[in-house]
Amino acid sequence: MTVAANPIGQAITWINDPLNWTNPGGMLDRLGEHLTISALAVALGCLVAWPLGLWLGHLGRGGGLVVLISNATLAIPTLALLTILPVAFASGFGRTPVVVALAVFAVPPLLANAYTGVRQVDPEARDAARGMGLSSSQLLRRVELPLAVPYLAAGFRTAAVQVIATAALASFVNGGGLGQIIRTGFGIGIAAGGGQIVAGGVLVAGLALLAEVVLGGVERLVTPKPLRRGRQRLGRPRAADATGSA
Amino acid sequence: MSFRLSYRADPGNPWFSWQYVRDNSDTILAAVREHASLTGRAVLIAVLIALPLSVLAYWVRPLAGPILAVSGVVYTIPSLALFAFIAPYLGTGATTVLVGLVLYALLLIVRNVVAGLNQVPPEVREAAEGMGYGRWGRLFRIDLPLALPGIVTGVRLATVSTVALVTVGVLVGHGGLGQLIFAGFQNNLYKAEIMTAALLCVALAVVLDLLLILVARLVTPWSTRRAR
Repeated sequence: MTVAANPIGQAITWINDPLNWTNPGGMLDRLGEHLTISALAVALGCLVAWPLGLWLGHLGRGGGLVVLISNATLAIPTLALLTILPVAFASGFGRTPVVVALAVFAVPPLLANAYTGVRQVDPEARDAARGMGLSSSQLLRRVELPLAVPYLAAGFRTAAVQVIATAALASFVNGGGLGQIIRTGFGIGIAAGGGQIVAGGVLVAGLALLAEVVLGGVERLVTPKPLRRGRQRLGRPRAADATGSA
Repeated sequence: MSFRLSYRADPGNPWFSWQYVRDNSDTILAAVREHASLTGRAVLIAVLIALPLSVLAYWVRPLAGPILAVSGVVYTIPSLALFAFIAPYLGTGATTVLVGLVLYALLLIVRNVVAGLNQVPPEVREAAEGMGYGRWGRLFRIDLPLALPGIVTGVRLATVSTVALVTVGVLVGHGGLGQLIFAGFQNNLYKAEIMTAALLCVALAVVLDLLLILVARLVTPWSTRRAR
């Protein structure tokens, strides 16, 4: 139970040391790792979740499955998944298994929003499109997909922020990223590393909040004006619409 | 990097091993107990703080926006970063873990309770006022009972995500089953240990969730009666 004298002061000193930025394994390196891992994971998640969600929504089936997947990931401990996947791939603790593990956490919001996005399309618009002679795949591509874009964006935002937040835990399995700064700090003890621990926390939290704000702006941009107000934030997997789902 | 060298896909390291469970039942049970106790304490404290806070947001309209906004922002902060902020002040130990867990659970519960309270129909509120209920009487006899489904949803979400979050506490001292996961990782990737702990985590979340559903049934008998 050793507590550092003034962690905030230490943290400011630590952040202001240029060596801590440019050293191998310094802040810039870790930031790059963090962003690369997160971007790859979200991209992988989109590749899997969007086609599946759009297709299920188009068929109007599998709603129960989507809810089940969304709820199940809530109970899976991040740490367990980050540990299990690398072990399962038997490829050691490189970047790939960490990316796959993080992608698992990106899938639920992406999937749920893609599904909802297609389902919320006005049935009359769908009927009109059919009446104009559009085939099933044309209907999905030319009518349902464009109308679902605001939902896709909302899901993307939630998924990206969540992956960036979770990527901090990649440091547990030596996966790199900004979490590594915190972990190194704990490694040298709170008395000596307190400043570094707080500095790492500031960086991780700052990145997550920045992503939330920037992607929130993007989400707003792709949402048509009439829909912007009065609509609730979509697809927060942990807090949203779990009412009534066992 | 020594992990990579020491790892072999040997048959002596199975995913599931009853042998492991039997040999380490004491450790496993202790971890489960710690996990459940951390979760229980965190959710309980969170509920005790969240309820007054939500009522405040419900009664004093101008406070609702800020309370919800702050909880949204704090919820965005990654768990590891949150622990990193707390640990230098409280040291590494159960208290630090508990504070972090309470914060996250608090946010989830507040959001749902506020939503639940706001769902009370204005006619009901007016009828209660017409019947002579005061502010407190209305809160306890009308508003809170009607908001119970929302409250229960919040508590269930908070419980399940807290179970998953406890494991992260391993970095700042106490991680319950996270301790086993991390130990298995360090112990040459002992799969049985990692897998057992992960499954127990999920099982614990399911059991606690079912318990809460049961409690919800008991405290809101009208919802099941209507269904019948």
